[in-house]
Amino acid sequence: MSAIADRGYVNPGVLVSTDWVAEHLQDPKVRLVESNEDTLLYSSGHVPGAVHVDWTADLNDQIRRDYVGAEAFERLMARIGVTPDTTVVFYGDKNNWWACYAFWVFQLFGHTNARVMDGGRLKWEKEKRELSRDVPSYPATTYKVAQRNDAPHRAFRDEVLKFVEAKGQLVDVRSPDEYSGKKLHMPEYPNEGALRGGHIPGAKSIPWAKAINPDDGTFKTADELKKIYQEEQQLQPGNATIAYCRIGERSSHTWFTLKFLLGFPNIRNYDGSWTEWGNLVNVPIER
Amino acid sequence: MSRYPDKLADVLETFEMFSEPTERAQLLISYSDQFRPVPPEVATRPYPSSHQIPQCESEAYAWAVKQPDDTLKLYFAVENPSGISARALATILDKSLSGLPAEQVAQVSPDIVEQIFRQNISMGKGMGLMSMVLAVRALAQRAMSQPAPAANVAYPD
Repeated sequence: MSAIADRGYVNPGVLVSTDWVAEHLQDPKVRLVESNEDTLLYSSGHVPGAVHVDWTADLNDQIRRDYVGAEAFERLMARIGVTPDTTVVFYGDKNNWWACYAFWVFQLFGHTNARVMDGGRLKWEKEKRELSRDVPSYPATTYKVAQRNDAPHRAFRDEVLKFVEAKGQLVDVRSPDEYSGKKLHMPEYPNEGALRGGHIPGAKSIPWAKAINPDDGTFKTADELKKIYQEEQQLQPGNATIAYCRIGERSSHTWFTLKFLLGFPNIRNYDGSWTEWGNLVNVPIER
Repeated sequence: MSRYPDKLADVLETFEMFSEPTERAQLLISYSDQFRPVPPEVATRPYPSSHQIPQCESEAYAWAVKQPDDTLKLYFAVENPSGISARALATILDKSLSGLPAEQVAQVSPDIVEQIFRQNISMGKGMGLMSMVLAVRALAQRAMSQPAPAANVAYPD
């Protein structure tokens, strides 16, 4: 795979290579954060010095369906030794699926000094780089969130409904069978309770993992991504765009791809996604 | 009396004692570390698709080899280097079910996955892990109709 800087991305600096990470393992200005779907992976071995951020326990409110509040986020940042000036580098399993999700949540709190390690755990492991079971401890920091601002990055259901009525640009990043309504859940995953199958009217079907080279988990080049999103599916970069999936995790990966790699200036993630839309009363659905 | 074979009941009891997800994770990783892949005298790569466990994203395979004393010996392969959960469950199944008659192995419920993993089960893994138990049951059921070999022979595809 070509160097990140040579792939034609609009914001290449949002990705760092495994080489870059290996060179910054001791950098006090950098905090490596592993976020996985598999809760066992971090404990079984991680990039030396990396901390673990669990998407369910650390980023989601445990009672209401929302992300943690500012105080809980501040406690998290203090625990992992991050200040507003720290460069947070996310990586994880499943082609950085959950790493991008954590990255997206950090954006809600204004922590924009963040990167993603291209290729994630898969590339690090394939390169047979060191994995450690030592859980690092960093001096607690004082971190103050100015104010969580979801609006630039997150779409809510009423906004999505208006967006549909206005024939806005929607991207459904689920599998083709979920998009068609044949399945109510991901292949090999449990049904999480949507009552109706199908997709939000007008949404284009572009499964999230199309952005990835499956052999090493790296992102495809800008030209390859443009072919997938802009040529084959006719997405217009200048148009307001909303991406969704099932609970907003796969679509955070597409949000990352479109916003930073292809430079869509106005893209939001609808994290209510199909587990909300597929259960709403009297909203339009296409099959 | 437990509805599970003795060794499996012991394993489940041990997991029952660990209520904290982090403790349970360490126990699972410990089992994963003990995983030994199928030996070459039983199977070699590329492993036959007939032994692949459906729905398991870690590309896992299972074998049940009938022993001269009419018991089974289980073997597994897990090709995904990140397949910690699959390796942990495979080790548990081998340690707790190998040495039992096929009739007993064929009755093990996939419910044990929930009892073992609880909060440590990730969304994409639950069905694959239950599928591993079901695959072992299916192998055991096939073995029930086979006579015990004079010597160890890998169960035919």
